[in-house]
Amino acid sequence: MEPMIQVENLCKSFSTKNGTVEAARNISFSIEKGEIFGIIGLSGAGKSTLVRCLNLLERPTSGTVRVNGKNLTELSEKELRKERQNIGMIFQHFNLLMQRTALDNVCFPMEIAGISKKEARKKALEYLKVVGLEEKALSYPSQLSGGQKQRVAIARVLASDPKILLCDEATSALDPQTTKAILELIKEINRDYGITVVVITHEMSVVQEICNRVAVLESGTLVESGTVEELFRSPKTEAARRLVFSGRTQIQKMEGKRLVRVTFQDKSSFEPVIANLVLTYRTPVNILYADTKNIGGAAEGEMILQLPEIEEIADKMIQYLKDTNMGVEELKSDVG
Amino acid sequence: MWDNATITMLLEGTRDTLYMTLVSTFFGYVLGLPLGILLTITDKEGIHPNAVVYKVLDVIVNILRSIPFLILLILVIPLTRLLVGKTYGSTATIVPLVVAAAPFVARMVESSLKEVDPGVIEAAVSMGAGTPTIIWKVLLAESRTSLLVGVTIAVGTILGYSAMAGTVGGGGLGDIAIRYGYYRYQTDIMLVTIVILVVLVQILQGIGMMLSRKLDKRKA
Repeated sequence: MEPMIQVENLCKSFSTKNGTVEAARNISFSIEKGEIFGIIGLSGAGKSTLVRCLNLLERPTSGTVRVNGKNLTELSEKELRKERQNIGMIFQHFNLLMQRTALDNVCFPMEIAGISKKEARKKALEYLKVVGLEEKALSYPSQLSGGQKQRVAIARVLASDPKILLCDEATSALDPQTTKAILELIKEINRDYGITVVVITHEMSVVQEICNRVAVLESGTLVESGTVEELFRSPKTEAARRLVFSGRTQIQKMEGKRLVRVTFQDKSSFEPVIANLVLTYRTPVNILYADTKNIGGAAEGEMILQLPEIEEIADKMIQYLKDTNMGVEELKSDVG
Repeated sequence: MWDNATITMLLEGTRDTLYMTLVSTFFGYVLGLPLGILLTITDKEGIHPNAVVYKVLDVIVNILRSIPFLILLILVIPLTRLLVGKTYGSTATIVPLVVAAAPFVARMVESSLKEVDPGVIEAAVSMGAGTPTIIWKVLLAESRTSLLVGVTIAVGTILGYSAMAGTVGGGGLGDIAIRYGYYRYQTDIMLVTIVILVVLVQILQGIGMMLSRKLDKRKA
């Protein structure tokens, strides 16, 4: 089956006063129907440009973007508008029409599609029900909270009955609790409507929460991609490491001694691996960090250990951990 | 001074002033609104950037805006004669008023439309909205409050211009103020016309502001 989205050799450069900026360099990837695909990167990595190339809000300098079997760059202006109705988009700042009620905002894409006003209102009310905001139908965006605004935006996307939903930092302006609720809603929509979702974010937690696969973007280049589990267990590139380890800057200061990052799944957490390790080698290890995360519905544990200074023992310990089927990776002291 | 003739004259002057102001504002918008829309969408950040169109319109608007109204009054006399058939009276004054108002209106429309959040426009484009839809349902609809404030300001300015047209026989209250107050030293009549002008501006301003507040849904 043909992928829902197929990007090949996509390049996008902007000319600015300070020369040419390459926001996307030779990027290729594909997204299957029904997937939730994450594109993660730090700010300035070119995520927003890349996602805008998927509905041609930005026209690529070169390369092709095939969506739902059509090469978007070859379409006429009119055909492109038609195709965009299949590609919904939600934004960090919601981008609702401020002078329209929630209901009329949801009606907007149906007005564009030429659906009669009466039918549009009826459908809009249904979509507001899906996102749990039917009682706010006649409220204006200024009367709604951030989470509610994003719900209206999601209802507005549903109103155009799209095949794809692009989320551009859709939860970045929301508090953690609201973020969770919105991500849950996006998951629901992906499941119930079979809509393929592309999530752009700078937060690993968002990717862990909902994505199946993820691509890491750095300075306009796609440096790594794979399943979320793979990325979490063994990030291959420096950029991916930074994202996976973000928010744990204190480890940066642990210099001189050897650090390993150990990851494990539900099953291995039943065995007292660390205790056995210490008993076997009769040398203590220092646990610097430990956490369990929910990745794609499965519990993934993560631990950072400081090994003894004696090289020989440290090497043996690493081998021991590897033998117990855990993900083991030695960290450089400058990883933060 | 309060004989019937004076009162009739003042009433007629008020009527003429309102006539000139409102008709000129209307035609000012007929020309200025599309011009302002064009300036907005052809700008670098607009939905159809076009440097040539933007620059040409920009220069025309700036030239017209920099000519003092009194000079413009005289400059457009040939045009006035062509369109109205005579060069004095309130109907004739409408021509220079519209010529002066249109570029001014265009700039105000442009500034109102540029207040619309680019993100909202982007969202509309992402939904597959075409240019007419974006202009009508996003740009104009979202900036309606600001546009109405603009109309209010335009009415006030055009009212002031119309009084200036009195110096060249333009009719209306300005004409009366000049003829009686200035040429005949009847300060009382001049003062009355000023009071009427002030009241007119207040009323028009009040209506405009009230409407724009009523239409603004951006604040909770």
